[in-house]
Amino acid sequence: MSDFTSVFWDYFISIITIVSVVGCGVFLWSQSTHRVKVGAGPEPDTTGHVWDGDLQEFHNPLPRWWMWLFYITVVFSVVYLVLYPGLGTQFKGIFNWTSAREHQDEVKAAETKFGPLFASYLKMDLPAVAADERGRQMGGRIFQNNCAQCHGSDARGSRGFPNLADSDWLYGGSPEAIKTSIANGRNGVMPAMAAAIGGAEDVTDVAHYVLSLSGSPHDSARAARGQAKFAACAACHGADAKGNQTLGAPNLTDKIWLYGATVAAITETITKGRGSNTLTPGQSVMPAWKGSLTDAEIHLVAAYVYSLANSGRAAAAPPAAK
Amino acid sequence: MNAVDEGRKLQEASTSAAKQAEAVESLYAKRVEIYPRSKIGDGLAWFQKWRWATVWITQIIFYGLPWLMWNDRQAVLFELVARRFYIFGLVLWPQDIVFLTGILIIAAFSLFLFTAVGGRLWCGYACPQTVYTEIFMWIEKLIEGDRARRMVLDREPMSPRKFLLKAAKHMAWFAVALWTGYTFVGYFTPIRELGAEMLALQIGGWSALWVLFYGFATYGNAGWMREQVCKYMCPYARFQSAMFDQDTLIVTYDEARGEPRGPGSKKKSRKDFGLGDCVDCGLCVQVCPTGIDIRKGLQYECIGCAACIDACDHTMEKVGLPKGLVRYSTTNAMRDNLDSRAMWRRVFRPRVLVYGAFLLAITAALAVALSLRVPLKVDLIRDRGALAREADGGQVENVYRMQVSNTTEARRSYTMTVSGLPGLAVASETRFEVGPAAVASIPVRLLADAGQVTPGSHKIAVEVRAEDDPGVAVRETTTFLGLRR
Repeated sequence: MSDFTSVFWDYFISIITIVSVVGCGVFLWSQSTHRVKVGAGPEPDTTGHVWDGDLQEFHNPLPRWWMWLFYITVVFSVVYLVLYPGLGTQFKGIFNWTSAREHQDEVKAAETKFGPLFASYLKMDLPAVAADERGRQMGGRIFQNNCAQCHGSDARGSRGFPNLADSDWLYGGSPEAIKTSIANGRNGVMPAMAAAIGGAEDVTDVAHYVLSLSGSPHDSARAARGQAKFAACAACHGADAKGNQTLGAPNLTDKIWLYGATVAAITETITKGRGSNTLTPGQSVMPAWKGSLTDAEIHLVAAYVYSLANSGRAAAAPPAAK
Repeated sequence: MNAVDEGRKLQEASTSAAKQAEAVESLYAKRVEIYPRSKIGDGLAWFQKWRWATVWITQIIFYGLPWLMWNDRQAVLFELVARRFYIFGLVLWPQDIVFLTGILIIAAFSLFLFTAVGGRLWCGYACPQTVYTEIFMWIEKLIEGDRARRMVLDREPMSPRKFLLKAAKHMAWFAVALWTGYTFVGYFTPIRELGAEMLALQIGGWSALWVLFYGFATYGNAGWMREQVCKYMCPYARFQSAMFDQDTLIVTYDEARGEPRGPGSKKKSRKDFGLGDCVDCGLCVQVCPTGIDIRKGLQYECIGCAACIDACDHTMEKVGLPKGLVRYSTTNAMRDNLDSRAMWRRVFRPRVLVYGAFLLAITAALAVALSLRVPLKVDLIRDRGALAREADGGQVENVYRMQVSNTTEARRSYTMTVSGLPGLAVASETRFEVGPAAVASIPVRLLADAGQVTPGSHKIAVEVRAEDDPGVAVRETTTFLGLRR
């Protein structure tokens, strides 16, 4: 791909470069063959040049090796331009060098260097990696570079982004479930349920009922009314409201809230849904990292996430391999 | 008109009588080898002693310093890879680059001050180019002999004897140069390990490159380039005239007393011949490391080494004339016949006082800054991805990454406190340890009552304090975000 939009710039840069190199060479040659008449001026030891009436140029010849250094620079530039791309995109130089290729080479070198290390971790089962100090550190760095943008640098998430450091899981906290979430991504959908439940009042009743499930402050009269209408929600969240990890339906009986614990926030969730809302496409979506991270990197970062929720157990006694 | 031009004028005046013939010359000339004579009388002459004293002092420090130990590490080590700079008890980090700036400013103003007062003192006595040239010339003299013998040897056709002498000289030069390169690299990588690696021929590529590079630079500059470095390459040699004035001490030839020069005769007094005190022995030219004739006045090639003063004093003593025909003096003193007391009074002139005041002020500022330096650095960065987060019990939570750099060489425990909002508290660990000369990245969660924090950004402060020394504390300000409503 050309760096320039028009071939004009190739010629523009090439001509300036070549003219400069040749010009320097010609000027150097004229200077090295030039002879000055010394002692011709009003004072001895001057080149005879006088400016402004009294400004004279003394004759202090440079050592000859210095002149050869100048010639070497000219030769160097010619050699460089033959070997490397310096004359636009038309002539790529004999070495056919590009910065992209150099980058690829460095990546390859890094892969050769660190590949065995990553491979050794990929062979270990996930809780064992989580129990390994260096494995956790490597996973932690991958997390900081790729995951912390949404889940926070302490992995405790934010509104709409789940907390990964607690023991509550939308899609399951087993090593396999965590790896699947990272590799394939997740697409959580809470549909807009207002129509299925009834009017605005009914929605608020359900919100109070949902709050009552976790023992949060609520209006018990409204909650009692809302309980009857919760049947519409039970399809996903279950009759006991403990959620369903195969669907990613959250447990509503704990005090962990992805979109807020206020009546207003829950009412909005029920009325408009989450993730299915056309106004906020992508909400509730965990992207798939399979293409961006290698298998080993996914393994390591999954181990890091696993270690956060199982810090006590993972470090002390890693579960035996299956 | 500066002093160098003044010198030129003097020179022109003295040679205008014998105006040279016109000649046609190239703009480039072959370098003429200079054979400075080192022997002036028996033993070392006065300024020669001073030059050798500075050679010894600077080189004992340079070659010796990397071998000193401080506790369990090299006392002076600039570890570029780890980005830690150890100077005895002090550990400087890249963030402390301002101290390096201070040291460079002090070096610059010292140079200005000494040059304004004493001319090219640095060039003549302390500059590595002069010092290593001095050492290399000493080796050269040991192997090939002094000026006259070297000149004869170089004119001779190649013979086994000449080949052996030259080979011996270059081998000796190589040895000194290699040791110099090794010592230099020893300031940047532990010198004992480097030495062991070199002996085992298992030296790393970069270390080997730099040892050879600095070795080659020493060999080339002190063995081959010599005065050419001062004449054509050194920027200081060229901007020195900006610091010179008519009261700067320079190596001068007393023209009024010396001219007209001539050998004279033992039978008649010099007065009868109408001669000045210069007997035209030519010693001052022979000893000059840059190959100039000081009797032509101040020239830009003169590095102020005072070798010609030694030479002339020696001759004056021998012929029974007063010393000091060539001496340290100033342009004003020469013109107005000032005595040394008058010269001393002129030292305290505005230029010198200004340089001196700046030097004192910067030195004092650096000393104060170093003594007040807290060996702890804290950087607090709020997570960019997450805004405020709802927490249990109607609280609002913000999350930060805190980089804590322990710049001492001992493991240390710190505690952190927060202030700036009512009820603001640290939800994560408030006590943590950081290893010696290490950086820890600590996630910090701060909690506040959501009811008391309005939406938007609030200024808060975090203070980190060493547990064992309450004086070691750093306060960092950052922002705390309230919940969106």
